[in-house]
Amino acid sequence: MKKDRPDIDRLKGIAREIRIDILKMLALAGSGHTGGSLSMVEILVGLYFYKFRCNPERPFCNTRDIFVLSKGHGCPALYAILAHMNFFKKEELFTLRKLGTRLQGHPQIGLPGIEASTGSLGQGLSIANGYALSARLDKDDRRIYCLMGDGELDEGQIWEAALTSSHYKLDNLCGIVDYNKFQIDGRLEEVKNLAPLDEKWRAFGWYVIEIDGHNLEEIMDAYDKAETLKGRPTVILAHTIKGKGVSFFENQNRYHGVAPTKEELEKALKELESNK
Amino acid sequence: MSLEMKATRDGFGEGLLELAKKRDDIVVLSADLTESTRAHWFKEKYPERFFSMGVSEQDMIGTAAGFALSGKVAFACSFGAFASGRAWDQIRVSVAYMNLDVKIVGTHGGISVGEDGPTHQAIEEVGLMRILPNMTVVVPCDAIEAKKATIKSAYRKGPVYLRLGRAKEPIVTKEEDFFEIGKANILREGSDLAIIANGHEVYEALVAADILLKEGVRARVINMHTVKPIDKEVILKAARDTGAIVTAEEHTVLGGLGSAVSEVVVKECPVPIEFIGVKDRFGESGAPAELFELFGLTARHIVEAAKVVLKRKTF
Repeated sequence: MKKDRPDIDRLKGIAREIRIDILKMLALAGSGHTGGSLSMVEILVGLYFYKFRCNPERPFCNTRDIFVLSKGHGCPALYAILAHMNFFKKEELFTLRKLGTRLQGHPQIGLPGIEASTGSLGQGLSIANGYALSARLDKDDRRIYCLMGDGELDEGQIWEAALTSSHYKLDNLCGIVDYNKFQIDGRLEEVKNLAPLDEKWRAFGWYVIEIDGHNLEEIMDAYDKAETLKGRPTVILAHTIKGKGVSFFENQNRYHGVAPTKEELEKALKELESNK
Repeated sequence: MSLEMKATRDGFGEGLLELAKKRDDIVVLSADLTESTRAHWFKEKYPERFFSMGVSEQDMIGTAAGFALSGKVAFACSFGAFASGRAWDQIRVSVAYMNLDVKIVGTHGGISVGEDGPTHQAIEEVGLMRILPNMTVVVPCDAIEAKKATIKSAYRKGPVYLRLGRAKEPIVTKEEDFFEIGKANILREGSDLAIIANGHEVYEALVAADILLKEGVRARVINMHTVKPIDKEVILKAARDTGAIVTAEEHTVLGGLGSAVSEVVVKECPVPIEFIGVKDRFGESGAPAELFELFGLTARHIVEAAKVVLKRKTF
């Protein structure tokens, strides 16, 4: 089902605002994952502001689609999106990682819009499979999305789950890999080589769509295409840049698990503002 | 005592069928051990609600979590060694942390699995599960109780670990007996000491109590089928009434029933305790009866422990 496409410039503006929110949240929290939050922004913007069926006023309505963030450490990006969609008030974003917050360091159910608690890597795709199988059992046409990091594909459970998805021909499931080519210890090929990633997913029985994970047209095309592919699950390999949007964070892996300092935040905000 | 024999896993399989008849929100997942766990009876009758997961315990637990998040009650079945340890982090993060309705069924628990040897003899899983917040841990003593525990677990909010066995066990309870998760059953009254047991050891405890009675010692026998949440009231009453406790479990003495009972007793009514269980070692291949003897889990061992604890009594 093809929907009217939102205006690309509007989406780009949203992506910029999301990045600003992410950086402010992280700087205020004083810790968190900058690089992997910034790399997944367009993936989420293209999903939530175009394809995804949900109702922030009724977060548990039966007809909603499901999004599972398997790479839980990227939650600042998801929190910013959910606040932008009015799942909760934007002010709450700035309670990230503080005692008593609903915005835990890694996502926790209970915050409207969060469909699974994650953070220990490799667990989200299995949960997404459970959602997808259950939807099929209930003859429910909801679609299930699961965003994985590339580093977390080292986890064996992902590949157990990938077999399950294809065994059960879960075409209501769309996996997305934020393929930013880095993990904590360094480049994927240095830490544990993942290539050729497309062949791996194909060999596991998946349709594979490869895109530029920062190109919103390509992202929306991919979500549309995934919905039309039947008989197998689809994975979107979204080639991204870790730390995308702020020149001095891009491909700088030391910002994997480090929040911006006050100075870095100011410099980053200036750069994002000037790119309007 | 009736000597009818039946495995607790059979009670589980029957319980599942009874549940499925009443509730269409029950789904069952199995990690390639469908017949061994007795999930196959459900599979034959309700194939659309049965999900074969292959030898992928971690994925099975995660998938079960997804079902539970969708409003189902998911039973995930494997051998205890694999259902617990192999998928422990998935149980911790994807199930217990979210307090989901995933019921983990670990059959072939304990050393009674026998000849398959230490890799397949789950003697740590009660401890592994008990330390997780939100988790309920039930170790039924016979097939009748296992059936009741299966049915009750579906009506209990949150994750439950059911510890079941492969071997045929003597039936020591009756259909009409009261069973509630978290409420211990006193099978034999006595005031000289209390034997607190679960699983197969309940039978051994009853035999031990008979032997002790002939020697003039009246032992209270408590079936502590639920290790978490533990029935503090029954434990404390036993401690106060008898002043001496023997715990008996087909599990390592570290972290299981004995530890759970001790945690209650030391805090509110310290009395001497002796522990029957596997003494911090791995199992080994052998016939179950030989292994019960080797690991010191027979009625005779309980009697010996009772005599030791009686000497340690202070009131």
